[in-house]
Amino acid sequence: METPTQAGPRVIIREFLQKRIGQDVQFADTEDIFQLGLVNSLFALELVVFLEKSFDIAVENEDLNLDNFRSVSNMETFILKKKGK
Amino acid sequence: MNLALTDTQQALREEFRSFVQTELLPYANDYDKQGFIPMELIQKLGARGYLGATLPEAYGGRNMDQVSYGLLNEEIGSACSSTRSLITVHSSLTAETILRWGTREQKDKWLPLLATGASLAAFGLSEPDAGSDTAGIKTTYQVTADGYTLNGVKKWITFAQTAHLFVIVAQGEQGITAFLVERDTPGLTVKPLEGILGTRASMLGEIHLDDCHIPAENLFGRKGWGLQQIVNTALDNGRYSVACGSLGIARACLEDSIRYAKNRRSFGQLLKDHQLIKQKIANMVTEVKAASLLCRNAGYLRDKKDPDSIIQTSLAKYHASRMANNIAAEAVQLHGALGCHDSISIQRYFRDAKVMEIIEGSTEIQQILIADHSIAGLSTIL
Repeated sequence: METPTQAGPRVIIREFLQKRIGQDVQFADTEDIFQLGLVNSLFALELVVFLEKSFDIAVENEDLNLDNFRSVSNMETFILKKKGK
Repeated sequence: MNLALTDTQQALREEFRSFVQTELLPYANDYDKQGFIPMELIQKLGARGYLGATLPEAYGGRNMDQVSYGLLNEEIGSACSSTRSLITVHSSLTAETILRWGTREQKDKWLPLLATGASLAAFGLSEPDAGSDTAGIKTTYQVTADGYTLNGVKKWITFAQTAHLFVIVAQGEQGITAFLVERDTPGLTVKPLEGILGTRASMLGEIHLDDCHIPAENLFGRKGWGLQQIVNTALDNGRYSVACGSLGIARACLEDSIRYAKNRRSFGQLLKDHQLIKQKIANMVTEVKAASLLCRNAGYLRDKKDPDSIIQTSLAKYHASRMANNIAAEAVQLHGALGCHDSISIQRYFRDAKVMEIIEGSTEIQQILIADHSIAGLSTIL
């Protein structure tokens, strides 16, 4: 999937997270969703599948660093890096 | 969502059924009594490509889609849950997880061997004091100059008695981490476990790791990501296999019940003509159909690599395993005393079904996962 603007991945990631965490739960793009205890044990697995499918990337062994996944902003940075932008 | 089988999937289902009818069903009760399945059967499973069903052809696999793989688990599970459990641990928990997260070298070394069954794999997660509560794992790893040292005990490990390769999940300074451990590693011993309620031919064992030295290249996945990455992927794969296997048990119970009801007389009429028996059969078939649709839906989403496939697989496993227990209990009831005797398969299905509610995340674990998902957003489930 093409992500023409910087806002692209952020919107898609947030939409997914709200769906998983609950529409009524508020958190900022820079907040650590793991530290806030917003996600359950299956979440990391779902997140990887979601990012691969939505952004047409392959999450590899070496990408599994919590820093890549802890917040909306960090995930966006990770996606843009993976897509070479 | 189209849940109809394609012509290819239908043809595969016929192939699996024919294999099961001739190679498995006539012998399954004996395997259960003996407490093991013969190597000859395992070789046949390997020769058919059933041990590498979903692996790519490049590794010697049959490259089946997930819906077809579900059918394989259902058909094998309809005859022999012990054989289905070999497919679960070997293919779903281990081979598919190595394909997903293994290094290039690990894949090149192991997948061709696993695809044909030349090597068998088992998954070492449970311990005497840690089942569903994986945080309680006591097996430890320590970093050495050229690798790792493992110490601990793994219990209830399916096919530990025959496996050549073990995935061992251990606790260490960087958290829960997984390793590939070969059977001939010095310090590794396997004690057979007997006396299990169901899947009695699944050759359970206890793995003892006593200062086992593991080379650095056998680290499986990332240090500290063993739980999120390896265990979660493996259990998600395994849940799909167990869901479809449970469906197979239930269907076999239903088929046997209908056959019996058509032939057995009671109070002057065939069982099938008793209204209460009709009610049982109607309820059983409805439950089996519902589980079948949940399993097919999970397979369809898994093939699409949809993130919802994970919770839908959990839902399929939860429903199918509980449903198999209900159906097996009803089938025993319908067969009366005969249903309690080991001359027919019903009593075995009844025992095997209970195991399905405990493995790959117990019923209670699935309830928590499903409820949490539903509370966050019902749209991901319905």
